[in-house]
Amino acid sequence: MSRRDRLSGNEAVAYAMRQINPDVFAAFPITPSTEIPQYFAQYVADGQVDTEFVTVESEHSSMSTCIGAEAAGVRAVTATSSCGLAYMYEMLYVAASARLPITLACVNRALTGPININNDHSDSMGARDAGWIQIYSENNQEAYDNYLQAMRIAETPDVRLPIMICQDGFITSHAVENIELEDDQAVKAFVGEYEPENYLLKHENPLAVGPYDTSPYYMEHKVQQAQAMKNAKTAILDVAADFARTFGRTYGFFEEYRMEDAEAAIVLIGSTAGTAKTCVDQMRAAGHKVGLIKLRVFRPFPAEELAAALSHVKAAAVMDKSEGFSGCGGPVFADTRSACYDLKERPRLINIVYGLGGRDCAVEDLERVYQYLLRIARTGEEGPVYLHMGQRSLDKEVL
Amino acid sequence: MSDKRLEIRWHGRGGQGAKTACMLLADAAFAAGKYVQGFPEYGPERMGAPITAYNRISDERCSVHSYIYNPDYVVVVDETLLSSVDVTHGLKEDGAVVINSAKPVSELRPYLHGYEGEVYTIDARKISEECLGAYFPNTPMLAAVVEVSKVLDPDRFVQDMEASFQHKFATKPQVIEGNMRCLEESMKEVRAQ
Amino acid sequence: MTRSALDINEQIPWQEITPGGEIAEGGTARMIKTGAWRQNCPVWDADKCKQCLLCAPFCPDSSIPVKDCLRGDFDYDHCKGCGICWQVCPFDAIHMVKEGEE
Repeated sequence: MSRRDRLSGNEAVAYAMRQINPDVFAAFPITPSTEIPQYFAQYVADGQVDTEFVTVESEHSSMSTCIGAEAAGVRAVTATSSCGLAYMYEMLYVAASARLPITLACVNRALTGPININNDHSDSMGARDAGWIQIYSENNQEAYDNYLQAMRIAETPDVRLPIMICQDGFITSHAVENIELEDDQAVKAFVGEYEPENYLLKHENPLAVGPYDTSPYYMEHKVQQAQAMKNAKTAILDVAADFARTFGRTYGFFEEYRMEDAEAAIVLIGSTAGTAKTCVDQMRAAGHKVGLIKLRVFRPFPAEELAAALSHVKAAAVMDKSEGFSGCGGPVFADTRSACYDLKERPRLINIVYGLGGRDCAVEDLERVYQYLLRIARTGEEGPVYLHMGQRSLDKEVL
Repeated sequence: MSDKRLEIRWHGRGGQGAKTACMLLADAAFAAGKYVQGFPEYGPERMGAPITAYNRISDERCSVHSYIYNPDYVVVVDETLLSSVDVTHGLKEDGAVVINSAKPVSELRPYLHGYEGEVYTIDARKISEECLGAYFPNTPMLAAVVEVSKVLDPDRFVQDMEASFQHKFATKPQVIEGNMRCLEESMKEVRAQ
Repeated sequence: MTRSALDINEQIPWQEITPGGEIAEGGTARMIKTGAWRQNCPVWDADKCKQCLLCAPFCPDSSIPVKDCLRGDFDYDHCKGCGICWQVCPFDAIHMVKEGEE
């Protein structure tokens, strides 16, 4: 039986961790993810979990601890944000290439500088090429649900990749909202036990992990890793289907909101999707054919599925909550645009970088985007492709 | 989206419990069967620095995740903020601002940037010091905004808060009675002038 | 899937190599005959040797076998000829020669 409660996003993730009772938690604090190890430490102190709670001296060490523990054959988790994720960088790649299904709760925060504690996606977007599965959450409920699905996806035998469950720092991590929590026993049954085929501490069959890989071997391992990331797509859908059967909430690679006959659409990630849904409802009520695609899974990138979902749209804005500094658009735009290249009829696509370092995005801001897109759809005149929104300016900005 | 959605903005100073009051209101509204949001706006928080916190309370889940720009109600936990923060910015004219102050409204209006809606005051310092023997303005301010906005049924609210205090102060039950008196006094005393 | 070190070689296609390069056994360095890298070769003089055993722990390649508290002759399959043993020997019981001489 599920139970109604009200929790912040951080509380929800810590609650999920308690229910799963992982073997090792490597803990190091950083705003805004600090509360996760903080709440979890209480569970440890109260004897509600028997997790080995390792208080390390840096995030490089927390990821190293996870790597050691997971290689030894147990479930290891951690939580971090921003500079903490950056400090793990080297070890993120080690975790992925050693094919260790570690679970990381990433509470998205701008990656310095100038120093800032508020939300954007520059931390995890910077780690998008590290070989981790990345799943993003709109609210506390999704942070909880995504976390419950994480380990089964990551530990799938033909996947074996680490996974990041992301949510927006402060906006959802520190916001108390209603949530449906599942029964401890039902969660345990759904997540199941971790049973790796081989591991360091399997005494009847010792294992060497993370060897030096010379050129004659490296390429093969990387192709294998790439294949695992492709395989993750199936695993993500399979686990989501079982989650829907078990708990009744449905997830996919992305959520299509009122896209059926949409002429203008926004593609974005995270908590802004909720604000955009309200905007879509208001604009639909006024007779405008607009819709939203909320990307849940960013790695692996659901290129074909996303392109198909956008194929009937006349104009779409991909909204990036991180800059990317390519000089021609953010990372979500780059991948979305690339995905649409093979379509026979492509939508007009523009990129809007917004919400950096906690810059707020309200319903009215999104309405301006939709109005702009509807004008493109009507006139066919695209104008500039790469825009920023929400900054003060001497000039009259497009948005 | 429900027409009945109520949006409240809290202004306080770090350490006064404005965020806690915001979270308590979310708790109480949740207990009354509402959909709630309670969230603070984070900056470089320090004791005494101005802070803002928000509540959305409605009968349907609210998916908006932005700050609140046009609140129905504003709560000012510390009146010294009035000279530095435009607390009524965007406040709906048919809403109200609830200010922790012993002063008459006529002395406060000049700080409200021409806001013409209702202004309520509550002397949270007096109530808190009488009932708790110390200055904790958040409980009386929470009660005052419930009384003014009627976002929750006041009787039900008092019952829910008692249960919540019994849980929260399980290890120091001596403070429960004082907090309950705080609530009740505040709901009686809050006034528009 | 191939897991033993002996089965992992430069002919394995990517589909069959072990994930992450893991090897399902320990001590596989023994299979690599690093003695072939040697340019200078240590020679042990058993008559001068007092069996103080200082050389054995200094050897970075575990190429000085010790059995029943006595060292034996070098493991030339793995000795890389670094000369550390020659440096640390207090009794001149080890000398170095060019590989292939003597």
